[in-house]
Amino acid sequence: MPEATRSETPMNLEIFTAGLWRENPVFVMMLGLCPTLAVTNSVINSLAMGAASIFVLVCSNALVSALRHFIPRQIRITTYIIIIATFVTMVDYIIQSISLDLYNALGAFIQLIVVNCLILGRADAYAAKNPITRTVLSALGMGLGFTFALVCLGGVRELLGAGSLLGFQIFSSNYQPWVVMLLPPGGFIVLGCWLLLFNWLKQRKTSRLIAAEEAIDHSRQIETT
Amino acid sequence: MAKHHPHPVVDLRTSPYIRRAPSVDQIMRNVVYALLPVCAFSVYLFGISALALMLVTTLSCLLSEQFFCWMAKKKSTLPDFSAVITGLLLALTLPPGFPLWMGAIAGIVGISLGKILFGGIGCNVFNPALVGRAFVQAAFPVAISTWTPTFAANRFSEFIPSTLALPFMTPAATAEWSKTVAIDGFTGATPLALMKFEGVMVRTSDLFFGTTAGSAGETSALLILLCGTYPVARNMMDWRLPASVILGTAICAEFFYLLDPASYPTPLFMILSGGLMLGAVFMASDMVASPVTPWGIVLYGLIIGLLTVLIRLFGGLTEGVMYAILFANAASPLLETFTQPKVFGGDK
Repeated sequence: MPEATRSETPMNLEIFTAGLWRENPVFVMMLGLCPTLAVTNSVINSLAMGAASIFVLVCSNALVSALRHFIPRQIRITTYIIIIATFVTMVDYIIQSISLDLYNALGAFIQLIVVNCLILGRADAYAAKNPITRTVLSALGMGLGFTFALVCLGGVRELLGAGSLLGFQIFSSNYQPWVVMLLPPGGFIVLGCWLLLFNWLKQRKTSRLIAAEEAIDHSRQIETT
Repeated sequence: MAKHHPHPVVDLRTSPYIRRAPSVDQIMRNVVYALLPVCAFSVYLFGISALALMLVTTLSCLLSEQFFCWMAKKKSTLPDFSAVITGLLLALTLPPGFPLWMGAIAGIVGISLGKILFGGIGCNVFNPALVGRAFVQAAFPVAISTWTPTFAANRFSEFIPSTLALPFMTPAATAEWSKTVAIDGFTGATPLALMKFEGVMVRTSDLFFGTTAGSAGETSALLILLCGTYPVARNMMDWRLPASVILGTAICAEFFYLLDPASYPTPLFMILSGGLMLGAVFMASDMVASPVTPWGIVLYGLIIGLLTVLIRLFGGLTEGVMYAILFANAASPLLETFTQPKVFGGDK
């Protein structure tokens, strides 16, 4: 019974790494696309958004998990939203106090973390059903995976759109910036290209697994005959 | 035993009596033939830069099509000539001094984003050449609105300085160069820009014969109309489509002209200037992205004409044909649904 033992395993690295790659929130689950498309026009914005999301995700999911036996089922979504909104308000003020430029660059999207599908989705689907340590580990993985995806987008968009990375000029001063990459269409195009790459990798992996299984089956058949 | 008579007295044939419809590659090849005079005139006006631009865009379209066919392990679709049309049309809508590397990118984006992504030939929602052009319009707004004069001296022996920009590098400024090579005073603006920003009207005859600044192949209304008659005569294009685009433009422009003749241009100017003729005859008529129902075609054309005038008069850009056609492309499935002809004997 391999399945049963896997789900009974209390803690392993799998919980953490799932969000990073196999169940990446943006590239695989397509959650939280609004900030993904809106604020990734530079690496620094992507990083800030990612850090804010990690903070809100980890704290709110931990609290939801700790309170999971006390939250009535009927009003759970409302409760989650209140918990998430608390942490979003904190992040909002923290970013404002650290860097006003960053705060202005991210604009309304910090407040909009409240309605990020990823955070609410994880609260309802994972935190409400799992103990606190597992929840925190999983939320950390998801948050890092989200940040990774944002930086993937922000990197390409900043590199092509401004010829720089993290504000440092990469190409020569004569570089012709692709203005479209800093505009919303650029976000859609780059996200599409990344999704294409990730789906292609996944497809290749599964087709290899299938081929390997077929080879094993074939050799077994030869042995039995 | 039936004996074959060498000279049949009555020439009898079995049904069907209708001849085979032309194949895709036949139609596409004929559109390329129709485009060749426009290309030749463009080279005559703007010199080897226009020729190089056409070669580069066509080549990049062909190569990207071949690449994606190879990626998908499909039979190559190069022999159907559709990628050649995309490349040529793309070059004809770009400024003659457009940097070649940007032209190559426009071709790649047009084919990949505008055509392959939707499933290749026959499935594209938008005209691929215009998708490529819209991308570079948004990516390189300065380069795509830098115009150079016609009949420049030495146009057959030297390139426009911006043409040969190194890949990913900012092209050289052409304003000084344009002043030295132009025969008479050149302001670096197209007739539409002159109308919009300076209130200057270019002579109608210049627009008609195409000796004004503008995109490589859009300048001569007369030549484009003449070339358009070829596919129409061979029954490969519905004449109602370009006609309704022009009609839509005329109605809308006439409305504003009657409102205030002092500040709005004449309908004739609207029809002959910019890319409207090229758009109406060769762009809007993309066989895949335009409707097929008779009334759908007319509505589609009218929408393009109307939107073009509105964008030109009230938009931030001087030219609106590209966005008007892309918008109408998106609306064409809806137009087809609304204008389905009644089937004979079908439900009342």
